[in-house]
Amino acid sequence: MTTLYTSDHEWLRIEGDVATIGITDYAQSQLGDVVFVELPKVGRSLKKAEAAAVVESVKAASDVYAPITGEVIEVNEALAAEPALVNSDAGGKAWFFKLKIADKGELGGLMDEAAYAAHTA
Amino acid sequence: MLAHETSPLKQTPLHALHLARGAKMVPFAGYDMPVQYTAGVLREHLHTRKDAGLFDVSHMGQLVLKAKSGKVGDAALALEKLVPQDIAGIAPGRQRYAQFTNDDGGLLDDLMVANFGDHLFLVVNAACKAEDEAHLRAHLSDTCEIVSLADRALIALQGPKAESALAKLCADVSSMKFMDAGPRRVADIDCFVSRSGYTGEDGFEISVPADKAEALVTALLDNPDVLPIGLGARDSLRLEAGLCLYGHDVDTTTTPVEGALEWSVQKVRRSGGVRAGGFPGADKILAQFADGAARRRVGLKPDGRAPVREGAALFADATSSEQIGKVTSGGFGPSLNAPVAMGYLPTALSAVGTTVFAEVRGQRLPLKVAATPFVPNTYKR
Repeated sequence: MTTLYTSDHEWLRIEGDVATIGITDYAQSQLGDVVFVELPKVGRSLKKAEAAAVVESVKAASDVYAPITGEVIEVNEALAAEPALVNSDAGGKAWFFKLKIADKGELGGLMDEAAYAAHTA
Repeated sequence: MLAHETSPLKQTPLHALHLARGAKMVPFAGYDMPVQYTAGVLREHLHTRKDAGLFDVSHMGQLVLKAKSGKVGDAALALEKLVPQDIAGIAPGRQRYAQFTNDDGGLLDDLMVANFGDHLFLVVNAACKAEDEAHLRAHLSDTCEIVSLADRALIALQGPKAESALAKLCADVSSMKFMDAGPRRVADIDCFVSRSGYTGEDGFEISVPADKAEALVTALLDNPDVLPIGLGARDSLRLEAGLCLYGHDVDTTTTPVEGALEWSVQKVRRSGGVRAGGFPGADKILAQFADGAARRRVGLKPDGRAPVREGAALFADATSSEQIGKVTSGGFGPSLNAPVAMGYLPTALSAVGTTVFAEVRGQRLPLKVAATPFVPNTYKR
Protein backbone atom coordinates (compact mmCIF):
# COMPACT_ATOMS: atom_id res chain seq x y z
CA MET A 1 0.00 0.00 0.00
CA THR A 2 1.38 3.37 -1.06
CA THR A 3 0.24 6.83 0.04
CA LEU A 4 0.65 9.69 -2.40
CA TYR A 5 -0.13 13.41 -2.14
CA THR A 6 -1.19 16.29 -4.40
CA SER A 7 -0.13 19.93 -4.24
CA ASP A 8 -3.85 20.66 -3.50
CA HIS A 9 -3.45 18.81 -0.17
CA GLU A 10 -5.23 15.58 -0.98
CA TRP A 11 -3.91 12.14 -0.12
CA LEU A 12 -4.40 8.91 -2.11
CA ARG A 13 -3.96 5.47 -0.68
CA ILE A 14 -3.29 3.03 -3.52
CA GLU A 15 -4.37 -0.62 -3.13
CA GLY A 16 -4.30 -2.50 -6.42
CA ASP A 17 -6.38 -0.52 -8.92
CA VAL A 18 -8.31 1.37 -6.21
CA ALA A 19 -7.35 4.78 -4.80
CA THR A 20 -8.87 5.95 -1.50
CA ILE A 21 -8.86 9.75 -1.40
CA GLY A 22 -9.07 12.29 1.42
CA ILE A 23 -7.68 15.67 2.39
CA THR A 24 -4.53 16.05 4.46
CA ASP A 25 -4.22 17.07 8.08
CA TYR A 26 -2.56 20.25 6.84
CA ALA A 27 -5.63 20.98 4.68
CA GLN A 28 -8.09 20.49 7.53
CA SER A 29 -6.00 22.74 9.81
CA GLN A 30 -6.22 25.49 7.17
CA LEU A 31 -9.97 25.03 6.63
CA GLY A 32 -10.94 25.14 10.30
CA ASP A 33 -13.99 23.43 11.73
CA VAL A 34 -15.69 21.43 9.00
CA VAL A 35 -19.50 21.61 9.14
CA PHE A 36 -20.55 20.01 5.84
CA VAL A 37 -19.11 17.63 3.25
CA GLU A 38 -20.67 16.98 -0.17
CA LEU A 39 -19.46 13.78 -1.84
CA PRO A 40 -19.68 12.62 -5.48
CA LYS A 41 -22.27 10.02 -6.49
CA VAL A 42 -21.16 6.40 -6.71
CA GLY A 43 -20.74 5.48 -10.38
CA ARG A 44 -19.69 8.98 -11.47
CA SER A 45 -16.69 9.14 -13.77
CA LEU A 46 -14.26 11.82 -12.68
CA LYS A 47 -11.58 13.39 -14.82
CA LYS A 48 -8.31 14.43 -13.24
CA ALA A 49 -8.62 17.99 -11.75
CA GLU A 50 -12.44 17.95 -11.92
CA ALA A 51 -14.31 19.26 -8.83
CA ALA A 52 -15.34 16.07 -7.04
CA ALA A 53 -16.38 17.03 -3.52
CA VAL A 54 -17.00 20.12 -1.40
CA VAL A 55 -15.88 20.69 2.15
CA GLU A 56 -17.38 23.60 4.07
CA SER A 57 -16.23 25.35 7.22
CA VAL A 58 -18.30 27.91 9.13
CA LYS A 59 -16.98 30.66 6.90
CA ALA A 60 -16.25 29.17 3.48
CA ALA A 61 -16.74 26.38 0.96
CA SER A 62 -13.74 24.68 -0.70
CA ASP A 63 -13.67 22.30 -3.65
CA VAL A 64 -11.87 18.98 -3.50
CA TYR A 65 -10.56 18.00 -6.96
CA ALA A 66 -10.16 14.53 -8.35
CA PRO A 67 -6.40 13.96 -8.17
CA ILE A 68 -6.57 11.31 -10.93
CA THR A 69 -9.10 10.07 -13.48
CA GLY A 70 -11.40 7.25 -12.41
CA GLU A 71 -14.86 6.01 -11.49
CA VAL A 72 -16.29 6.59 -7.99
CA ILE A 73 -16.90 3.14 -6.48
CA GLU A 74 -17.58 4.07 -2.86
CA VAL A 75 -18.09 7.23 -0.75
CA ASN A 76 -17.71 7.74 3.01
CA GLU A 77 -21.30 8.22 4.20
CA ALA A 78 -20.03 8.76 7.77
CA LEU A 79 -18.93 12.28 6.75
CA ALA A 80 -22.53 13.36 6.12
CA ALA A 81 -23.48 12.58 9.72
CA GLU A 82 -20.20 13.67 11.28
CA PRO A 83 -18.33 16.24 9.16
CA ALA A 84 -16.07 17.03 12.16
CA LEU A 85 -14.31 13.71 11.47
CA VAL A 86 -12.38 15.64 8.84
CA ASN A 87 -10.81 17.69 11.63
CA SER A 88 -10.21 14.82 14.04
CA ASP A 89 -8.94 12.14 11.63
CA ALA A 90 -8.26 13.63 8.20
CA GLY A 91 -5.77 10.96 7.22
CA GLY A 92 -7.86 8.01 8.41
CA LYS A 93 -11.59 7.70 9.18
CA ALA A 94 -12.37 10.84 7.20
CA TRP A 95 -11.56 9.44 3.75
CA PHE A 96 -13.86 11.00 1.12
CA PHE A 97 -14.26 8.56 -1.77
CA LYS A 98 -12.67 5.60 -3.57
CA LEU A 99 -11.82 5.68 -7.26
CA LYS A 100 -11.23 2.83 -9.66
CA ILE A 101 -7.99 4.07 -11.21
CA ALA A 102 -8.32 4.61 -15.00
CA ASP A 103 -4.67 5.27 -15.77
CA LYS A 104 -1.90 4.29 -13.36
CA GLY A 105 0.42 6.52 -15.35
CA GLU A 106 -1.24 9.55 -13.66
CA LEU A 107 0.16 8.44 -10.30
CA GLY A 108 3.65 9.30 -11.48
CA GLY A 109 2.91 13.02 -11.17
CA LEU A 110 2.03 12.81 -7.45
CA MET A 111 4.22 13.38 -4.40
CA ASP A 112 5.42 10.84 -1.84
CA GLU A 113 5.28 11.64 1.86
CA ALA A 114 8.73 13.25 2.00
CA ALA A 115 8.00 15.47 -1.01
CA TYR A 116 4.62 16.50 0.47
CA ALA A 117 6.24 17.31 3.82
CA ALA A 118 8.66 19.58 1.98
CA HIS A 119 5.74 21.12 0.04
CA THR A 120 3.94 22.16 3.25
CA ALA A 121 7.07 23.14 5.19
CA MET B 1 7.47 41.79 8.41
CA LEU B 2 8.37 42.92 4.90
CA ALA B 3 4.81 42.21 3.84
CA HIS B 4 3.50 44.59 6.48
CA GLU B 5 5.99 47.30 5.56
CA THR B 6 5.00 47.24 1.91
CA SER B 7 1.32 46.50 2.46
CA PRO B 8 -1.21 49.31 2.13
CA LEU B 9 -3.36 47.68 4.84
CA LYS B 10 -3.98 49.77 7.92
CA GLN B 11 -3.55 48.37 11.42
CA THR B 12 -5.68 48.93 14.49
CA PRO B 13 -4.04 49.85 17.84
CA LEU B 14 -4.52 46.18 18.84
CA HIS B 15 -2.64 44.71 15.87
CA ALA B 16 0.38 43.53 17.88
CA LEU B 17 -1.90 41.93 20.45
CA HIS B 18 -3.72 39.96 17.73
CA LEU B 19 -0.43 38.61 16.38
CA ALA B 20 0.80 37.75 19.88
CA ARG B 21 -2.40 35.79 20.49
CA GLY B 22 -1.97 33.70 17.33
CA ALA B 23 -4.63 35.37 15.18
CA LYS B 24 -4.96 34.52 11.51
CA MET B 25 -5.04 37.95 9.84
CA VAL B 26 -7.00 38.88 6.72
CA PRO B 27 -7.63 42.12 4.82
CA PHE B 28 -11.01 43.63 5.74
CA ALA B 29 -12.20 47.13 4.77
CA GLY B 30 -8.61 48.23 4.25
CA TYR B 31 -7.39 46.89 7.60
CA ASP B 32 -5.33 43.85 8.54
CA MET B 33 -7.86 42.18 10.89
CA PRO B 34 -8.06 38.93 12.88
CA VAL B 35 -10.46 36.47 11.22
CA GLN B 36 -9.90 33.92 13.98
CA TYR B 37 -7.55 33.05 16.80
CA THR B 38 -6.22 29.62 17.76
CA ALA B 39 -9.61 28.41 19.10
CA GLY B 40 -11.16 28.67 15.63
CA VAL B 41 -14.46 30.15 14.44
CA LEU B 42 -16.72 27.43 15.87
CA ARG B 43 -15.35 27.55 19.41
CA GLU B 44 -15.08 31.34 19.37
CA HIS B 45 -18.74 31.59 18.36
CA LEU B 46 -19.94 29.15 21.03
CA HIS B 47 -17.74 30.75 23.71
CA THR B 48 -19.33 34.14 23.03
CA ARG B 49 -22.84 32.70 23.46
CA LYS B 50 -21.86 30.85 26.67
CA ASP B 51 -19.33 33.17 28.39
CA ALA B 52 -17.89 36.31 26.81
CA GLY B 53 -16.06 37.27 23.62
CA LEU B 54 -13.88 40.31 22.99
CA PHE B 55 -13.83 41.81 19.48
CA ASP B 56 -11.54 44.48 18.02
CA VAL B 57 -13.82 46.73 15.96
CA SER B 58 -11.40 49.66 15.87
CA HIS B 59 -11.64 49.73 12.08
CA MET B 60 -15.11 51.25 12.47
CA GLY B 61 -15.46 55.02 12.31
CA GLN B 62 -16.10 57.11 15.43
CA LEU B 63 -17.34 60.65 14.93
CA VAL B 64 -18.53 63.53 17.07
CA LEU B 65 -21.31 65.77 15.76
CA LYS B 66 -21.59 69.01 17.72
CA ALA B 67 -23.87 71.93 16.92
CA LYS B 68 -22.19 75.33 16.64
CA SER B 69 -25.01 76.61 18.89
CA GLY B 70 -23.75 74.25 21.61
CA LYS B 71 -27.18 72.60 21.84
CA VAL B 72 -27.33 68.86 21.26
CA GLY B 73 -30.90 69.28 20.03
CA ASP B 74 -29.64 71.35 17.11
CA ALA B 75 -27.12 68.64 16.19
CA ALA B 76 -29.94 66.09 16.37
CA LEU B 77 -32.23 68.10 14.09
CA ALA B 78 -29.33 68.60 11.67
CA LEU B 79 -28.62 64.87 11.53
CA GLU B 80 -32.33 64.19 10.92
CA LYS B 81 -31.80 65.78 7.47
CA LEU B 82 -29.68 62.74 6.57
CA VAL B 83 -31.41 59.84 8.39
CA PRO B 84 -35.05 58.71 8.71
CA GLN B 85 -34.72 58.19 12.48
CA ASP B 86 -35.98 60.22 15.43
CA ILE B 87 -32.64 61.64 16.56
CA ALA B 88 -34.09 64.54 18.55
CA GLY B 89 -35.91 61.97 20.65
CA ILE B 90 -32.75 60.18 21.80
CA ALA B 91 -32.49 61.01 25.50
CA PRO B 92 -29.12 61.97 26.99
CA GLY B 93 -27.19 58.78 27.75
CA ARG B 94 -29.09 56.77 25.13
CA GLN B 95 -28.20 55.37 21.71
CA ARG B 96 -30.21 54.43 18.60
CA TYR B 97 -29.65 52.49 15.34
CA ALA B 98 -29.93 54.66 12.20
CA GLN B 99 -29.21 54.73 8.47
CA PHE B 100 -27.90 57.37 6.08
CA THR B 101 -30.27 57.32 3.07
CA ASN B 102 -29.71 58.44 -0.51
CA ASP B 103 -32.14 60.21 -2.84
CA ASP B 104 -33.45 56.86 -4.13
CA GLY B 105 -34.26 55.72 -0.60
CA GLY B 106 -31.28 53.34 -0.55
CA LEU B 107 -28.83 53.11 2.32
CA LEU B 108 -25.41 54.79 2.20
CA ASP B 109 -24.50 53.18 5.53
CA ASP B 110 -25.99 52.13 8.83
CA LEU B 111 -24.76 53.56 12.10
CA MET B 112 -25.24 54.03 15.83
CA VAL B 113 -26.08 57.49 17.20
CA ALA B 114 -25.65 58.29 20.90
CA ASN B 115 -26.63 61.43 22.80
CA PHE B 116 -23.70 62.36 25.05
CA GLY B 117 -25.44 65.38 26.60
CA ASP B 118 -23.86 68.23 24.66
CA HIS B 119 -23.06 66.40 21.41
CA LEU B 120 -23.84 63.27 19.39
CA PHE B 121 -21.42 60.34 19.12
CA LEU B 122 -21.65 58.29 15.92
CA VAL B 123 -20.22 54.85 15.09
CA VAL B 124 -20.18 53.99 11.36
CA ASN B 125 -18.96 51.10 9.23
CA ALA B 126 -15.26 50.87 8.38
CA ALA B 127 -15.76 50.57 4.63
CA CYS B 128 -17.98 53.69 4.55
CA LYS B 129 -16.34 55.92 7.13
CA ALA B 130 -14.52 58.30 4.76
CA GLU B 131 -17.66 58.77 2.63
CA ASP B 132 -19.83 59.16 5.75
CA GLU B 133 -17.58 61.87 7.14
CA ALA B 134 -17.57 63.68 3.78
CA HIS B 135 -21.38 63.34 3.61
CA LEU B 136 -21.76 64.90 7.07
CA ARG B 137 -19.36 67.72 6.19
CA ALA B 138 -21.08 68.42 2.87
CA HIS B 139 -24.54 68.72 4.40
CA LEU B 140 -24.12 69.81 8.02
CA SER B 141 -20.97 71.98 8.18
CA ASP B 142 -22.97 75.20 8.23
CA THR B 143 -24.51 74.32 11.59
CA CYS B 144 -22.28 71.61 13.06
CA GLU B 145 -18.70 70.68 13.78
CA ILE B 146 -17.76 67.20 12.65
CA VAL B 147 -14.79 65.59 14.40
CA SER B 148 -13.35 62.22 13.42
CA LEU B 149 -12.02 60.39 16.48
CA ALA B 150 -9.30 58.54 14.59
CA ASP B 151 -7.18 58.29 17.73
CA ARG B 152 -9.60 55.96 19.50
CA ALA B 153 -9.92 52.18 19.39
CA LEU B 154 -13.29 50.42 19.67
CA ILE B 155 -13.80 47.04 21.28
CA ALA B 156 -16.92 44.95 21.79
CA LEU B 157 -17.37 42.68 24.79
CA GLN B 158 -20.30 40.34 24.15
CA GLY B 159 -21.99 37.42 25.87
CA PRO B 160 -23.69 36.44 29.14
CA LYS B 161 -20.52 37.08 31.17
CA ALA B 162 -19.71 40.44 29.53
CA GLU B 163 -21.34 42.37 32.39
CA SER B 164 -19.46 40.57 35.16
CA ALA B 165 -16.17 40.89 33.25
CA LEU B 166 -16.56 44.61 32.59
CA ALA B 167 -17.95 45.32 36.07
CA LYS B 168 -14.60 44.27 37.55
CA LEU B 169 -13.10 47.32 35.78
CA CYS B 170 -16.09 49.69 36.03
CA ALA B 171 -18.75 48.95 38.66
CA ASP B 172 -21.12 51.44 37.07
CA VAL B 173 -21.83 49.33 33.96
CA SER B 174 -24.11 46.88 35.82
CA SER B 175 -26.86 49.48 36.04
CA MET B 176 -26.76 50.20 32.28
CA LYS B 177 -29.63 48.95 30.12
CA PHE B 178 -29.60 47.96 26.43
CA MET B 179 -28.68 51.04 24.34
CA ASP B 180 -27.56 53.15 27.31
CA ALA B 181 -24.40 54.98 26.27
CA GLY B 182 -21.99 57.55 27.64
CA PRO B 183 -18.57 58.35 29.09
CA ARG B 184 -17.36 55.98 31.82
CA ARG B 185 -14.05 55.40 33.62
CA VAL B 186 -13.00 51.83 32.87
CA ALA B 187 -9.77 50.56 34.50
CA ASP B 188 -8.97 54.23 35.23
CA ILE B 189 -9.20 55.07 31.50
CA ASP B 190 -11.64 57.61 30.05
CA CYS B 191 -13.88 55.54 27.80
CA PHE B 192 -17.26 55.78 26.06
CA VAL B 193 -19.34 52.73 26.93
CA SER B 194 -22.60 51.60 25.35
CA ARG B 195 -24.62 48.54 26.29
CA SER B 196 -24.94 47.23 22.75
CA GLY B 197 -23.20 45.14 20.14
CA TYR B 198 -23.79 43.07 17.05
CA THR B 199 -24.02 39.46 18.20
CA GLY B 200 -27.55 39.23 19.62
CA GLU B 201 -26.02 38.83 23.08
CA ASP B 202 -26.03 41.23 25.99
CA GLY B 203 -22.77 43.15 25.98
CA PHE B 204 -20.91 46.40 25.58
CA GLU B 205 -18.99 48.45 23.07
CA ILE B 206 -16.14 50.45 24.55
CA SER B 207 -14.41 53.35 22.83
CA VAL B 208 -10.93 53.83 24.32
CA PRO B 209 -7.97 56.13 23.49
CA ALA B 210 -5.70 54.25 21.08
CA ASP B 211 -2.68 54.38 23.40
CA LYS B 212 -4.69 52.76 26.23
CA ALA B 213 -6.45 50.11 24.14
CA GLU B 214 -3.93 47.32 24.65
CA ALA B 215 -3.87 47.85 28.43
CA LEU B 216 -7.68 47.72 28.60
CA VAL B 217 -7.96 44.65 26.37
CA THR B 218 -5.20 42.85 28.30
CA ALA B 219 -7.04 43.55 31.56
CA LEU B 220 -10.26 42.12 30.09
CA LEU B 221 -8.51 39.07 28.62
CA ASP B 222 -6.92 38.33 32.01
CA ASN B 223 -10.42 37.16 32.96
CA PRO B 224 -10.67 33.45 32.05
CA ASP B 225 -14.31 33.98 30.96
CA VAL B 226 -13.17 36.27 28.13
CA LEU B 227 -11.65 35.01 24.86
CA PRO B 228 -10.57 37.12 21.87
CA ILE B 229 -12.93 36.54 18.92
CA GLY B 230 -12.21 37.13 15.24
CA LEU B 231 -14.30 38.46 12.36
CA GLY B 232 -15.30 34.91 11.34
CA ALA B 233 -17.33 34.35 14.49
CA ARG B 234 -18.50 37.97 14.51
CA ASP B 235 -20.15 37.22 11.17
CA SER B 236 -21.76 33.92 12.22
CA LEU B 237 -22.98 35.51 15.48
CA ARG B 238 -24.62 38.49 13.75
CA LEU B 239 -26.13 36.21 11.10
CA GLU B 240 -27.75 33.99 13.74
CA ALA B 241 -29.00 37.20 15.39
CA GLY B 242 -30.63 38.20 12.07
CA LEU B 243 -28.64 41.45 11.94
CA CYS B 244 -27.83 43.10 8.60
CA LEU B 245 -24.29 43.41 7.34
CA TYR B 246 -23.97 46.66 5.39
CA GLY B 247 -22.75 46.11 1.83
CA HIS B 248 -24.28 42.62 1.81
CA ASP B 249 -27.81 42.55 3.31
CA VAL B 250 -28.46 46.26 2.84
CA ASP B 251 -26.78 48.71 0.49
CA THR B 252 -27.45 51.70 -1.77
CA THR B 253 -30.12 49.72 -3.67
CA THR B 254 -32.20 48.64 -0.64
CA THR B 255 -34.59 50.87 1.29
CA PRO B 256 -35.35 50.53 5.02
CA VAL B 257 -38.72 48.97 4.07
CA GLU B 258 -37.21 46.46 1.64
CA GLY B 259 -34.54 45.71 4.24
CA ALA B 260 -37.24 44.90 6.86
CA LEU B 261 -35.94 47.73 9.01
CA GLU B 262 -39.30 49.51 9.49
CA TRP B 263 -38.87 49.09 13.27
CA SER B 264 -35.89 51.46 13.07
CA VAL B 265 -37.94 54.35 11.60
CA GLN B 266 -39.88 55.98 14.41
CA LYS B 267 -43.47 57.22 13.87
CA VAL B 268 -42.46 60.86 14.25
CA ARG B 269 -40.54 60.64 10.94
CA ARG B 270 -43.27 58.73 9.06
CA SER B 271 -46.26 60.26 7.26
CA GLY B 272 -48.46 61.99 9.81
CA GLY B 273 -45.58 62.39 12.26
CA VAL B 274 -44.55 65.79 13.64
CA ARG B 275 -41.22 65.66 11.73
CA ALA B 276 -42.32 63.40 8.86
CA GLY B 277 -39.92 63.14 5.94
CA GLY B 278 -37.15 65.64 5.41
CA PHE B 279 -34.45 63.02 4.76
CA PRO B 280 -33.01 61.88 1.40
CA GLY B 281 -35.36 59.50 -0.42
CA ALA B 282 -38.26 60.30 1.92
CA ASP B 283 -40.85 60.27 -0.88
CA LYS B 284 -39.97 56.73 -1.90
CA ILE B 285 -39.49 55.38 1.62
CA LEU B 286 -42.71 56.89 3.00
CA ALA B 287 -44.63 55.63 -0.05
CA GLN B 288 -43.30 52.14 0.71
CA PHE B 289 -44.47 52.49 4.32
CA ALA B 290 -47.94 53.17 2.95
CA ASP B 291 -48.08 50.74 0.02
CA GLY B 292 -45.42 48.17 0.79
CA ALA B 293 -42.37 47.29 -1.30
CA ALA B 294 -42.06 44.72 -4.07
CA ARG B 295 -39.33 42.78 -2.31
CA ARG B 296 -38.30 42.15 1.27
CA ARG B 297 -35.32 40.90 3.26
CA VAL B 298 -36.13 37.62 5.02
CA GLY B 299 -34.46 34.98 7.15
CA LEU B 300 -33.92 31.65 5.36
CA LYS B 301 -33.33 28.21 6.83
CA PRO B 302 -32.02 25.55 4.43
CA ASP B 303 -33.82 22.22 4.92
CA GLY B 304 -30.61 20.19 4.72
CA ARG B 305 -27.13 20.55 6.14
CA ALA B 306 -25.51 22.32 3.20
CA PRO B 307 -24.76 25.99 3.84
CA VAL B 308 -26.28 28.33 1.23
CA ARG B 309 -23.95 31.26 0.85
CA GLU B 310 -24.01 34.88 -0.32
CA GLY B 311 -24.87 35.26 -3.99
CA ALA B 312 -26.92 32.06 -4.37
CA ALA B 313 -29.88 32.64 -6.71
CA LEU B 314 -33.38 31.95 -5.31
CA PHE B 315 -36.25 30.31 -7.23
CA ALA B 316 -39.92 29.70 -6.46
CA ASP B 317 -39.67 25.97 -7.20
CA ALA B 318 -37.23 23.20 -8.07
CA THR B 319 -37.36 23.68 -11.85
CA SER B 320 -38.34 27.27 -12.70
CA SER B 321 -35.79 29.21 -14.72
CA GLU B 322 -36.96 32.58 -13.41
CA GLN B 323 -34.78 33.85 -10.57
CA ILE B 324 -36.92 35.57 -7.90
CA GLY B 325 -34.31 36.66 -5.40
CA LYS B 326 -30.84 36.28 -4.00
CA VAL B 327 -29.11 35.20 -0.80
CA THR B 328 -27.21 38.15 0.71
CA SER B 329 -25.63 36.39 3.72
CA GLY B 330 -25.39 32.71 4.44
CA GLY B 331 -23.34 30.20 6.31
CA PHE B 332 -23.42 27.79 9.17
CA GLY B 333 -24.88 28.77 12.54
CA PRO B 334 -22.82 27.03 15.23
CA SER B 335 -25.39 27.65 18.00
CA LEU B 336 -28.19 26.25 15.84
CA ASN B 337 -25.90 23.52 14.50
CA ALA B 338 -27.55 24.19 11.15
CA PRO B 339 -27.11 26.41 8.11
CA VAL B 340 -28.75 29.86 8.15
CA ALA B 341 -29.08 32.59 5.57
CA MET B 342 -30.86 35.79 4.70
CA GLY B 343 -31.79 37.28 1.39
CA TYR B 344 -34.37 39.11 -0.69
CA LEU B 345 -37.64 37.65 -1.99
CA PRO B 346 -40.75 39.08 -3.66
CA THR B 347 -42.96 40.31 -0.80
CA ALA B 348 -45.70 37.87 -1.89
CA LEU B 349 -43.31 34.99 -1.13
CA SER B 350 -41.84 36.45 2.07
CA ALA B 351 -44.24 34.94 4.64
CA VAL B 352 -42.63 32.78 7.32
CA GLY B 353 -42.87 29.12 6.33
CA THR B 354 -42.79 29.70 2.55
CA THR B 355 -40.53 27.21 0.76
CA VAL B 356 -38.17 28.54 -1.91
CA PHE B 357 -35.15 27.00 -3.64
CA ALA B 358 -31.53 28.11 -3.83
CA GLU B 359 -29.19 27.05 -6.59
CA VAL B 360 -26.00 25.64 -5.11
CA ARG B 361 -23.43 23.96 -7.37
CA GLY B 362 -26.08 23.27 -9.99
CA GLN B 363 -28.62 21.78 -7.59
CA ARG B 364 -31.84 23.29 -6.22
CA LEU B 365 -31.85 23.12 -2.42
CA PRO B 366 -35.08 23.87 -0.51
CA LEU B 367 -35.13 26.61 2.14
CA LYS B 368 -37.92 27.95 4.33
CA VAL B 369 -38.54 31.59 5.08
CA ALA B 370 -37.91 31.88 8.83
CA ALA B 371 -38.44 34.49 11.52
CA THR B 372 -35.36 36.32 12.74
CA PRO B 373 -33.47 36.37 15.01
CA PHE B 374 -32.68 32.69 14.43
CA VAL B 375 -31.20 32.60 17.96
CA PRO B 376 -33.21 34.61 20.55
CA ASN B 377 -31.38 37.75 21.64
CA THR B 378 -30.50 38.32 25.30
CA TYR B 379 -30.38 42.12 25.46
CA LYS B 380 -30.79 43.57 28.96
CA ARG B 381 -33.81 45.80 28.41
